[in-house]
Amino acid sequence: MSTLRQKLEAGQFVVTGEVAPPRGADCSKMLADVEAFAPVADAVNITDNQGATLHLSSLAASRMAQEKGVEAIFQQTCRDRNRLALQSDLLAAATYGLHNFLAVTGDNPHFGDHPQAKAVFDLDSTQLIEVATSLNEGLDMNGAQLNGATDFYIGAAAFPEAEPWEIQKRRIAQKVDAGALFFQTQACMDVDLFARRVEEIQELGAKVIAGVILLKSEKVISFINNKLAGMMIPEHVSSRIAHAGDPFEESVAIAVEQSRILREVVDGIHIMPMGDIATGTRILREAGIR
Amino acid sequence: MIITQPKEFDVVLDYLRSVEAHRIFLIGCGQCATAAGTGGEPEVTAAAQRFAAAGFEIEGIAISEVTCHSGGTKLLLRKHKDELASVDAVVVFSCGAGVQTVADALSCPVFPALDSSFLGNVIRHGEFEERCQTCGDCVLALTAGICPVTQCPKGLLNGPCGGMWDGMCEVIPDRRCTHVRIIEKLEAQHRPCGEALSPKNFGVKIKPGHISMRRKYQEHHHASTSEGGERS
Repeated sequence: MSTLRQKLEAGQFVVTGEVAPPRGADCSKMLADVEAFAPVADAVNITDNQGATLHLSSLAASRMAQEKGVEAIFQQTCRDRNRLALQSDLLAAATYGLHNFLAVTGDNPHFGDHPQAKAVFDLDSTQLIEVATSLNEGLDMNGAQLNGATDFYIGAAAFPEAEPWEIQKRRIAQKVDAGALFFQTQACMDVDLFARRVEEIQELGAKVIAGVILLKSEKVISFINNKLAGMMIPEHVSSRIAHAGDPFEESVAIAVEQSRILREVVDGIHIMPMGDIATGTRILREAGIR
Repeated sequence: MIITQPKEFDVVLDYLRSVEAHRIFLIGCGQCATAAGTGGEPEVTAAAQRFAAAGFEIEGIAISEVTCHSGGTKLLLRKHKDELASVDAVVVFSCGAGVQTVADALSCPVFPALDSSFLGNVIRHGEFEERCQTCGDCVLALTAGICPVTQCPKGLLNGPCGGMWDGMCEVIPDRRCTHVRIIEKLEAQHRPCGEALSPKNFGVKIKPGHISMRRKYQEHHHASTSEGGERS
């Protein structure tokens, strides 16, 4: 059973991190990142061809992370596989002892390193959550009996600061209806707004793990605003970093402030240290979380 | 209608050179390609001049009324039988369906001059937009007459996806998110919109699509006469 689930359901505050599988067959960097997260994270998300760019499979990498003793959150996008492949990989994940599953839509291939690729999107993320719920009940998505059920703690992505919120919230409710038990969010920017909306998500009966990002510098902010899908750094945050004497330390301070406030509201923090796991750990420590 | 776009002239030249063609015949389409301004009489005539300038001998030009209509196109080709008898290749200015109609009817090499882009609406003269994928499993009744399969760049039935920002699409940033539009319109019509749509049935879309009205009629006719037989 998922220890992430046990902790969240016991009301324990959790920390999750994120590790990208390698672009190639050499896993040493990825495994080093997994080990760096091990002392602070309760589970680590393993991304699935993130940014629509080619990486080693999330399934294999999730298994490797667990072999290192870190609980994995196996991510699947709807972009690269049809319903047969998605279900078949979920069954494989169960046999590998993976118990956390995060269903996401996936970026359009247009933004990735294989813009010529055919986008599959046979299912959307809500439908994929429904599929995982069925597999947990020992049924395939058509309701046919399977030989052995899975036991996934099913999660989804949420964007609490996105507008129009009523539409976003309806979408989150749809995912809860489909079987999502926890949400991992986009990076928090406006803590007050974020906190209000997290309460609305929790009222739906789901746990919320809030994204906290280490923005580092103006250069990173510009990269996020221009290259990363689904994320925009607002002016009130970017100008604080731009006008600081030490932009890096200012970005650490912002993340620490956010984490301290969020700690009282959310069920966990998803730390996004943009590759700098040591500073991610420092943020958690300074916020009194670890 | 089927929206087409011209291929690069050099690409078509390469097709012709690959079979060492010298004498060629050009066929346009009086239907969609005429409306799209890619394969009507003016475009085919202009192309003929370019082919002639490139050293090809133009044996003839014809504009088929509806190139994808087998009967009509065969009749047209029969009218031009003499010119076609001596050609090395035929270039067709229509969608892929029209090219295949011509290729079916002739034994010589037949080449496309256009790429078929999509099944599109004419927004205004010269501006076309894809609104239907002919998916065979229409959901418009549930989506306020806005097709998410076509109009959402990811083709998601349930949305918005995580990329929506201020109601706008992530993939085409100057466009409103299709799912936001659907939900707003359903709400304006006081219709329910909370429930997730089930995965689409792509099983209805077996390639190549084929419908025979004649066979349907015969089956229906056969069923009703045998019912009548039982009654009597």
